[in-house]
Amino acid sequence: MAWVLEDARSAVAASLRRRHARERRFRLLGLAAVLVGMLFLLLLFVTVLSQGIGAFRQTELMLPMDVTAAQVDPLGDGSRESLAAGNYDAVVREAIHRSLPGTAPRADRAALVALVSVEAGFRLRDRVIAAPELVGQRVELWVPSSDDVDLYVQGRVNRDTPLAARELEDRQFDWVDALAAEGRVVRVFNTALIKNGDSRNPELAGVRAAFRGSLYMLAVMLVLAFPVGVAAAVYLEEFAPRNRWTDLIEVNINNLAAVPSIVYGLLGLVVFINWLALPRSAPLVGGLVLALLTLPVIIISARAAIKAVPATLRDAALALGASRVQTVFGHVLPQALPGIITGTVIGIARALGETAPLLMIGMVAFIADIPRSPLDPSTALPVQVYQWAESPDPSFVARTAAAIMVLLAFLFAMNLLALMLRRKFEGHAG
Amino acid sequence: MAAVTPQSEDHDKATTMPSETEVVGTPFVDTPCMRVRDVSVRYGGTAVLHNVSLDIAHHEALALIGASGSGKSTFLRCLNRMNDTIDDARVSGEIRIDDDDIHGRDMDVVALRARVGMVFQKPNPFPRSIYDNVAYGPRIHGLAGNRAELDDIVHQCLDRVGLLAEVKDRLDASGTSLSDGQQQRLCIARTLAVGPEVILMDEPCSALDPIATARIEDLIDALRERYAIVIVTHSMQQAARVSQRTAYFHKGQLIEVDETDRLFTNPGHRLTEDYITGRLG
Ligand SMILES: Nc1ncnc2c1ncn2[C@@H]1O[C@H](COP(=O)(O)OP(=O)(O)O)[C@@H](O)[C@H]1O
Ligand SMILES: [Mg+2]
Repeated sequence: MAWVLEDARSAVAASLRRRHARERRFRLLGLAAVLVGMLFLLLLFVTVLSQGIGAFRQTELMLPMDVTAAQVDPLGDGSRESLAAGNYDAVVREAIHRSLPGTAPRADRAALVALVSVEAGFRLRDRVIAAPELVGQRVELWVPSSDDVDLYVQGRVNRDTPLAARELEDRQFDWVDALAAEGRVVRVFNTALIKNGDSRNPELAGVRAAFRGSLYMLAVMLVLAFPVGVAAAVYLEEFAPRNRWTDLIEVNINNLAAVPSIVYGLLGLVVFINWLALPRSAPLVGGLVLALLTLPVIIISARAAIKAVPATLRDAALALGASRVQTVFGHVLPQALPGIITGTVIGIARALGETAPLLMIGMVAFIADIPRSPLDPSTALPVQVYQWAESPDPSFVARTAAAIMVLLAFLFAMNLLALMLRRKFEGHAG
Repeated sequence: MAAVTPQSEDHDKATTMPSETEVVGTPFVDTPCMRVRDVSVRYGGTAVLHNVSLDIAHHEALALIGASGSGKSTFLRCLNRMNDTIDDARVSGEIRIDDDDIHGRDMDVVALRARVGMVFQKPNPFPRSIYDNVAYGPRIHGLAGNRAELDDIVHQCLDRVGLLAEVKDRLDASGTSLSDGQQQRLCIARTLAVGPEVILMDEPCSALDPIATARIEDLIDALRERYAIVIVTHSMQQAARVSQRTAYFHKGQLIEVDETDRLFTNPGHRLTEDYITGRLG
């Protein structure tokens, strides 16, 4: 028998080598897959970051403003109404001219004005209205530059850039250099990006309106999709009899999860806007549409989470005389909650990144005003990204990337919150 | 212990499968606690329990033995209507507890389960504190008027299963943090807390080590003073140790019920004999 044993040993040894090799190969393959995934993620972050980081800062110019009563106080009484009606743009214009010796106030007027943002006059006005004693004095005031100057200061355009690809001429670059030499040029945090709504002027364009819109839609979804989805899942999983009807419902829910999102947009247009006469472009309607879109995902994941609760837990409660409802709400749901939360957040986060259904219900309009309620016209973050991406202006390219960053940060924050909630409930449920 | 009325003095071995009227031994007693008559169970199209008739006496531990799949658990789950939770399970026949029909109109299943408690094969404490595990039943049934009364119930029940000394400093710890044996005793304490008359145990020791098993067996013996206990067990030694009567199931039929000593020393049916001598599954 000895030789048989020898044979078996060497056969095992040979096959062992093969098996180990296969295992090593598979592990390497898996590692490679993970690395490729990480690489693409890194690439995404690096591109977005390098493109968008510039948009978070904005160039400001310090200009010596001569606030003369003749220009800013047309009624001559120093009242609020009078100061509000002043011609501050003229003050700004003269200030630029004054700080750049050798320029002609009339001949160079357009070229000089192109250095500052239209916001400059408004900022001066607000300053003067807040402190009327400034009338008749010279005020050194920081005002936002135009986006073209900003590009030059960032180094994104320079004298070598072909004229067709830039808005400023060489002499305007010289003026900016001259101001910079006097310490009159700085780049500061771009508050417009987070405080303003959309604007045709890149240096004034912000994501606030879109952010609000997304926030309202999130609220509508949380209020609607979460409870309805969980209730449906609980009913189907714990109370509904298993028969042909519930099978049909199950199949349909799975089908709904696969319906393209634009179809939901169409549904929203017909049902909410045409039939129910809800306002167009409103985050309420957007939230309703996205809630419908998310509902199947929430139901499916909540059912999976409920199904994963061990039957022994139900038995324990039922055998003590707990009713069905007491068992479900006292034991099954708390146990399933972490899974339900994860599924819900993934569903909602996906929905918040949707653009297509929002196009159908008019949430692509140009919205400069920040919505004050879910019924005001609004856009959403992904729509804002889409709109800015359409603009050829290099300043909007950076803002597009910045808006993407805001959107991603929003979604990451949601996921983080979900993670924390999950931890909390898991700890709670043991 | 209730007097057992022997129904058949005939101990010649029957060799055929008995019909429902021909159960060997003493299935019926005077003044039973629960009375089971002609109970059959079908899961969908398959009948898994055939016309079982049996009494459960007060203050007795009744052991159910038989091969896997012989319907012991199914029978047990009839007694507190846990089979109601299985969609396609159909139970027929009559079961009474103290003369109340458990399928009757005026019998609420919630009330029934407070009277007939159940302990499962695998310890299944709630993922909550030890205190809350025991307090859950009294809370949902409104058994305690105030916190002090509830504390009292919890302490008493933990004490009765011999757990109080081990856990009284950590009643807030999770029930799942206990050892398996402690968890099972916690589950028994939880059942006691709703004040049952009957306690059903489905292989309560099969997941436990010998020491924990011995503790549960002692506990069963002590609990018998107050409760009727029906215990499914795979271990014939265990049946012999803890029970006064033993019922043998075979393929969904009740073959023989008798005083435990007699059933193991002098089985009345061929199938019983085969099973206890190890010739059968
Ligand atoms: N929920 C169920 N659905 C269908 N058949 C079942 C179900 N539970 C048990 N059975 C069947 O009923 C028979 C008896 O099972 P059970 O009562 O669990 O036996 P035991 O506890 O004696 O091992 C087995 O054949 C089993 O397969
Ligand atoms: Mg069983």
